[in-house]
Amino acid sequence: MSASPAPLGPFQDNLPRRHRLGAVWQWIFFAATIIGIFVLSALLLDILNESFGYVALEARVDPDTLAVDGVPLEDLPKEELIRILQDSLSASAFNKLNDEKPFEERSQANVYDLVIERVVKYKVLETWSLWESLIHSDEIRAQAAEEFPQAELRFVSWLTVETIRRPQSSEAVNAGVRTAILGSLWTIAITILVAFPLGVGAAIYLEEYARDDWLNRLIRTNINNLAGVPSIIYGILGLAIFVRALERLTSGAVFGLVNPTTANGRTILSAGLTLALLILPLIIINAQEAIRAVPQSLRKASLGIGATKWQTIWAHVLPNALPGILTGTILAVSRAIGETAPLVVVGASTAISFDPNLFSRFTTLPIQIYQWTSRPQGEWRHLAAAAILILLTLLLSLNATAIVLRNRYTKRF
Amino acid sequence: MDTLDNRYVIQARNLGIYYGDFKAVTDVNMDIERNKITAIIGPSGCGKSTLLRAFNRMNELVPGARAEGQVFFDGEDLYAKGVDPVEVRHRIGMVFQKPNPFPKSIYENIAWGARIHGFRGNMDKLVEHSLRQAALWDEVKDILHRSGLALSGGQQQRLCIARAIAVQPEVILMDEPASALDPIATLKIEELMQDLKKDYTIVIVTHNMQQAARVSDYTAMMMLVNDGSRAGTVIEFGETTKIFTRPSDKRTEDYVTGRFG
Ligand SMILES: Nc1ncnc2c1ncn2[C@@H]1O[C@H](COP(=O)(O)OP(=O)(O)O)[C@@H](O)[C@H]1O
Ligand SMILES: [Mg+2]
Repeated sequence: MSASPAPLGPFQDNLPRRHRLGAVWQWIFFAATIIGIFVLSALLLDILNESFGYVALEARVDPDTLAVDGVPLEDLPKEELIRILQDSLSASAFNKLNDEKPFEERSQANVYDLVIERVVKYKVLETWSLWESLIHSDEIRAQAAEEFPQAELRFVSWLTVETIRRPQSSEAVNAGVRTAILGSLWTIAITILVAFPLGVGAAIYLEEYARDDWLNRLIRTNINNLAGVPSIIYGILGLAIFVRALERLTSGAVFGLVNPTTANGRTILSAGLTLALLILPLIIINAQEAIRAVPQSLRKASLGIGATKWQTIWAHVLPNALPGILTGTILAVSRAIGETAPLVVVGASTAISFDPNLFSRFTTLPIQIYQWTSRPQGEWRHLAAAAILILLTLLLSLNATAIVLRNRYTKRF
Repeated sequence: MDTLDNRYVIQARNLGIYYGDFKAVTDVNMDIERNKITAIIGPSGCGKSTLLRAFNRMNELVPGARAEGQVFFDGEDLYAKGVDPVEVRHRIGMVFQKPNPFPKSIYENIAWGARIHGFRGNMDKLVEHSLRQAALWDEVKDILHRSGLALSGGQQQRLCIARAIAVQPEVILMDEPASALDPIATLKIEELMQDLKKDYTIVIVTHNMQQAARVSDYTAMMMLVNDGSRAGTVIEFGETTKIFTRPSDKRTEDYVTGRFG
């Protein structure tokens, strides 16, 4: 091929340089991905590191001394265990336990737990991380033997079924996240129930019905701004509206359900509504994007055969926008599950030892984690790590459920 | 004005169409005959699509669009107070330039429109009938539950025609229905139109002169008016043979002979 002379000047196509530039950028993107993965792994490893390890435990009453006729404590029949409790506790403390749940109805395992908690009373003297426990186990053993000769050295997993099953307690070895999980689930259920329909409804209005006038433009701009407001501001808002102004509603008083825990509006309902406010702008914005992405030709096709606007929205716009709407909702709800600051302001409690309901005081997993990590004793940090693992699992399973639902109900054509 | 003459389905009187302050179409008067194919031709941007959409009030979907004058449909002014545009679009259907089947099954594409209009008959029969009328039945009868989007472009466009037919309109408006299709698919659509005119009145916008000459009975020639306003109007309207052989307007002659436009 003979190049014809270029009338307006030569081209310098510089192909090697263009390819090199492309390769550099590709490498940069790869590096960015690797850094992201590295940071995430470091985070996860750190949490795992705190979740397992040696613990030096000192028992107030050595469980071996409670063994009867060579039968170890955990294998004793229920009646023996009850007797131990009766002997060791004051009559009023014993009766209080019986009032909470009569001993006849309690299982052997449950009574055993009570004996451990009330009589044996393990106290954590020192804890070690998983890494230390694996690498320096000999040193740890030596140190424990020297410093805490009375103590028992145990390798424990802070994350156990018991951690999930047990309510909050004043001793780290006996504390669990049951009440926090229930609080989180209740709160998030209310948040979804309120924020999803409101958010999608508003998005439909703004995208499909609202005229493009100054008022609606103002509304749109402000919704975008609301999404960037610090979450603690929503907490202050929730405190003013739900806890104070609507106290009769959020405390359950209007339903005649004043909770014996006298939550005074600092209830799960208030928390759920506050988080709903918080994620409402996110859901609206994401739903708007999803609705806007539905091609105009589809609306025209529907309207062109005499469908009404609502029929068009219901049968074509929403089904096609649904995957996007759900993806946005998943992101927003994930954020709500992890929120701490607004709930602190709304008045989350720290130590809840009963199963919460709509109108009771409450705590949530992030609140619990925040609480525990700010305590000076090391054992709570380990428990917090276990709670973080539980929170992550909860988050993952909620997201997985949403994704499965999304794929199930959006048959793609 | 012969509005009671049953010969004409659509009659436009002094029709002008605005997008906001911009007048896109001005002063259109034309009568569209029942069970005939009327073609609207003219250079790009002269307002053919705008005029076509005015016949079933689709323009209203554009914010700020409005019409002045009258469009009579079976003698009734479509733009009179109290006329429901949804009802108008039920009786005057539309096929768009780009095939736009619903992302649903072929069956649902047809059945949905009938269902929303409260069709109480045998849905399977209606689907078959509509697909037969659109000359698509033989190709899709075994894959009715496959996606409408899995068809070829030409099949998709015939599916859109079947979808329009299924709600039993009187008029079908087609805006360059074959411009996105290959010549063979185009030919199929043209043959189909000849079959359809027994039952329906068809108005078709096309930029393809040969197509207008081949398929239509009447042709409307549109052009921008010469006063600098950039509004389009119908400069000549008559039998297709006359427009293409003995046009009375010099601009039409230049356009159809390819010297202009
Ligand atoms: N949705 C719209 N908004 C504003 N102006 C429009 C719109 N659609 C068309 N127009 C204008 O109206 C005129 C006619 O357009 P159109 O009817 O699409 O012409 P044609 O179909 O003959 O090519 C053009 O000047 C075009 O810019
Ligand atoms: Mg056009």
